[in-house]
Formats: sequence, C-alpha cells, structure tokens
Amino acid sequence: MTLVQDRGRFGFQQLGVSVSGAVDIDALDTANLLVGNDSNAACLEVMLGGLEIEFSNAVVIAVTGAESDLTIDDVPISLGVSYFVHAGARLELGLVNNGLRAYIAVGGGIEIAPVLGSRSTHLASGIGGVDGRALITGDVIYLGQSSDAVASGLLLEDDSPTSSGSEINVRIVLGPQDDEFSDSGIASLLNSTYTVSDQSNRQGLRLDGPVIESKSGRYDIVSDAVVNGSIQVPGDGKPIILLADRQTTGGYAKIATVATVDLPRLGQAGPGTKITFSAITIEESQELLAVRSERFNPKNLVSIVEKISLKVDGDDIVVGVADNGSSALAAVEGNTYPVSVEEYTPAG
Amino acid sequence: MASSETSSTTYPRLVTAGDSAIVIELGSEIDPNVNNQIYSLVKTLEMADIEAIRELVPTYRSLLVNYDPLVSGFAEMNERLMDLVDFSKDRAGTEPEQARIVELPVVYGGDDGPDLDSLAEHASLSVQEVIDIHSGIDYRVYMIGFAPGFPYLGGLDKRIAMPRLKTPRVSVPAGSVGIAESQTGVYPNASPGGWQLIGRTPAKLFDVSSKSPSMITPGSKVRFVPVKSRDR
Repeated sequence: MTLVQDRGRFGFQQLGVSVSGAVDIDALDTANLLVGNDSNAACLEVMLGGLEIEFSNAVVIAVTGAESDLTIDDVPISLGVSYFVHAGARLELGLVNNGLRAYIAVGGGIEIAPVLGSRSTHLASGIGGVDGRALITGDVIYLGQSSDAVASGLLLEDDSPTSSGSEINVRIVLGPQDDEFSDSGIASLLNSTYTVSDQSNRQGLRLDGPVIESKSGRYDIVSDAVVNGSIQVPGDGKPIILLADRQTTGGYAKIATVATVDLPRLGQAGPGTKITFSAITIEESQELLAVRSERFNPKNLVSIVEKISLKVDGDDIVVGVADNGSSALAAVEGNTYPVSVEEYTPAG
Repeated sequence: MASSETSSTTYPRLVTAGDSAIVIELGSEIDPNVNNQIYSLVKTLEMADIEAIRELVPTYRSLLVNYDPLVSGFAEMNERLMDLVDFSKDRAGTEPEQARIVELPVVYGGDDGPDLDSLAEHASLSVQEVIDIHSGIDYRVYMIGFAPGFPYLGGLDKRIAMPRLKTPRVSVPAGSVGIAESQTGVYPNASPGGWQLIGRTPAKLFDVSSKSPSMITPGSKVRFVPVKSRDR
C-alpha cells in the first residue's frame, strides 16, 4: 500500500481531524533533506515494498526507511542516498526484508492540493493525498518545483535507517493516567516483553503480552485527547500504542507516552516484533528530541562520490562507491547517477 | 507523570502526555460547569498567545496542550500553564458566555431514521413524543472527536436513552442523527457505526474546503428542528 504523507495535519484535532502523516518521521525527514526539500514536503510512504514508478521528468530522488532491493532501470541503488534520474527512468522497490515502510522523496515534493494545511492521507476519513485513498496502478502524480541547485550523491551523516530489528526497546514517559494502574500493572509494562500483533496498522500497534492491572478493575475514563505514542490500556489489559492515524480522543486510561524520538521505530515494527519498555523522565525525553533536531540538518549532508576523475569520450566524469552500501555511482557535471559495474577480469 | 494519590485527587491538576504535551484536568466527570471552564481556559490560552503552544484539544473535562519542547521546556511550560489556569479560574463567571446555537433540520423516521420505531417502543412512547422530546432542548457540544466534525452532545432526556445496536452497521449515511445510551450525535460523514438512528439532517456538517470546516464547534449548542423532507 502506497500513501502520500507529509509531517501531518495539525491545528484541527479539536474538530476531530486526525493528524496522520508519516509514521517514520526520521525516514521522511531524511528523504526530504537528501533531495533538498522543505521538511514538510510530501513523500510516498510505501508499505511492504513492491512498487514501480516511472518518472516522466528528470528529477532527484531518494529512498529511505524499510530495506528492500532498490533499482533504477535495473541498476541497484542504495537506501539513504540521493540520485539523479533521467526522464523515463523506472524506480523499482522490491519486497521489504527489514522494517515495514519505505519513503520516496522527489525534488520539489508531491504537488497535490493540501487539505486543511496538509497533503497527508487519512484513509479512515478519506481526507488528503490522492482523493483520500491509497495509490492504485496507473495513478499519475505531479511534482512541485524543485529548488535550483539540488545535489545528488548525498547521504546524511550518521544516518542509521530506522530498521526495527526483531526486538526493540522503547523509551516512555509515564502518564497521563498512570495513577489509574496498580504498582503491579506498571511493573508488568516495564518488566515484560510484548509482541506486536497482526491487528496493527497506522492507527496503532496492538500488543500481546501480560495483562496490565488497573487499580479499580476499570479501564475507562471520561474520553479525552490522545497524542502520538499514547499507550492506552483497554478492558482486556493489553496495551495499544497509538500512532499517526489515531482518532483525536479516546476513552481508555493511558498509562504512558512513547518518547517522540522512539516513534519512528514503532512505525517500522511489523507483527511479531518484540517490544520492551524503559521509563525515562520528561526532561530526558526532551533532551533526546533536542539531540535529534541537530541530526536532521542540511549541514550534515555529505557527498559520497569519491574524487576519481576520468575522461570518457571527452567528458569529465567522477566515479565512486556509496560507502553505506555496495551500489556504484557516477557523477557527470554534478549529477550523480547509479551505474552498473561489471567485474573486470584481465585476460591470460 | 501523575501523582499517585487518586483517592483525593484535587483539581485543577496538570499531568504530562509525553515530551510534547501537557493535559490540564479540571475535573473527572462530565459536568457542564467544568466543560464551561475548559472553554474559558481555551480562550485564556489563545489570548496569552504563547509561542511554544502548537495546538489545543479541549474535551469534556480536560484540555490537552501540544507544545514544542525545543521552544519551551517542560518546567517553564508547566509553570506558565499553572499561572494561566489560576488566572482563568479567577476570570470565570465574570463574562457570561452566550453559546452559539447551531440549528439542524432533521427528517425523523422512515428511511432517514430506521431505528425510530424500535426506540419509541423501547421507551414506551409514541414516535411523535420521541421526536418532541429529542427536538425539545438545546444540546451542549462537550467536544468533537471520533471523526471529523463528530459532536459529543450532552443533555439527552433519559426517557429516550437506549443502548447501542448489538451489531454496528457497516455504513451509516452522512447526516444520520443517532442515540447511544444517554448521548445523541450526528455522523458528519458516512462511516461504520452502532448508534440507534432516529433521523437524518441534510446539513453539510464538515467541509474540508472551508476555513472553518466544522459547522458544529466545541462549546456551541445544537438544536434539532423537525422537518418533513430533506429537499428544502
């Protein structure tokens, strides 16, 4: 499933409008940085891979997030690197082999009329993106005006894809309704391993594992507002972590809230992923956010093309190898393309 | 993190919802006075125009304040909000608010309200009595949630309260007016739903192309006006 997503639709939660937006914000931010976009430009969020796109114009692209085989015109490319593609080029994403969701950014972003200030798709209410729905084969998507000097062959320094792995530790801040739960209920949350169930989606992750005990045996509260990462506990005592497509309000007690910096990993956590929780203070959680904001900065973009100059048919070219993968690159007049390199075996 | 003494929780209290939101609770129950105070607090915070505040989400008895912790950290934000809660409390009652009334024409019964007959039977009332009772008072919009523009209305007459359907409908038409326990509400858009449907309004409750997309806003009141036909 492929959806148009940006950082989300803010300002209308009091009217019941869900925020939605990319569930792996780190991957979205990285992709937009790599192609020189504004941080709120819309990208494609591709769940589980298996997508082919043809570009009718020359453009700079980058793929981030979940790992899969990636090719441009059958030439392998790396995750987390920006490439220049010619008009007519085809990008293919194979089925994901680590994580859930890949993000495709294109220079200039996706040009779709924003709805209530955002291009994000919210399927449940049919708002945003392409007519409020997932993309279907044959859809044509228009791109915005790219900034003038978009470089390709870039990666973000210290970029570690959000890949979840099969076991993740998630930092949380207790509250707002942790006082509805018994000491043993809170101990269950902090000392047990939970498993992401297959009843999970962009609205939230349902977790299987030990029951979390409430003080009174009740789990209902007078409905109030929820946030990205609220951990609510319904009557069966099994926690649900609310994500991007959550409804704006909920009637279950919320034992804790996921640290914002750890939300992207939950967006890549497929069914079966094991989750443990560690409580941190609100100050620690805010400090982690400050560190994060330093990371997602254009000054941390680096060129990965090694300076090996060659002359081919009279053209100056520079070749290099992506140091975060095995794909080869070639730069001509500043534009970086993927190239296929065949092993050269000297004769005799 | 909330304090652990639940037995004697005093209000107002501020609790945290992670690193980017603080919840101001003014009570624990559904109460029109507490709800008034919530919307008075919303006005106070809007007037204070605090740079770090990103979004306010008022509900029955609490107000969620989304803020940017990179602009103001938790301690600073918490203190600022406590001051404003005090200020708002002192102010409450000095300016009596006249709630805006939203009139919704409703076609009761028939295909527009397939559950009206069974509700009348359940209530041991005539269909006309149910319509008169339902349309006889103005309902407070405690909050909007569940779906874009979906109002949680309070004040339903207990005589026409009825539990939800045992099996929710796969699709409820846009504009359907329903009853669930002691609540009444309107579905702004077609969606699955389990409320007892007694009528339908032709009013377009939620329009994403408008700057004020929701016809019904939190803190206003809704009045249902019986009409004969949807084509007016």
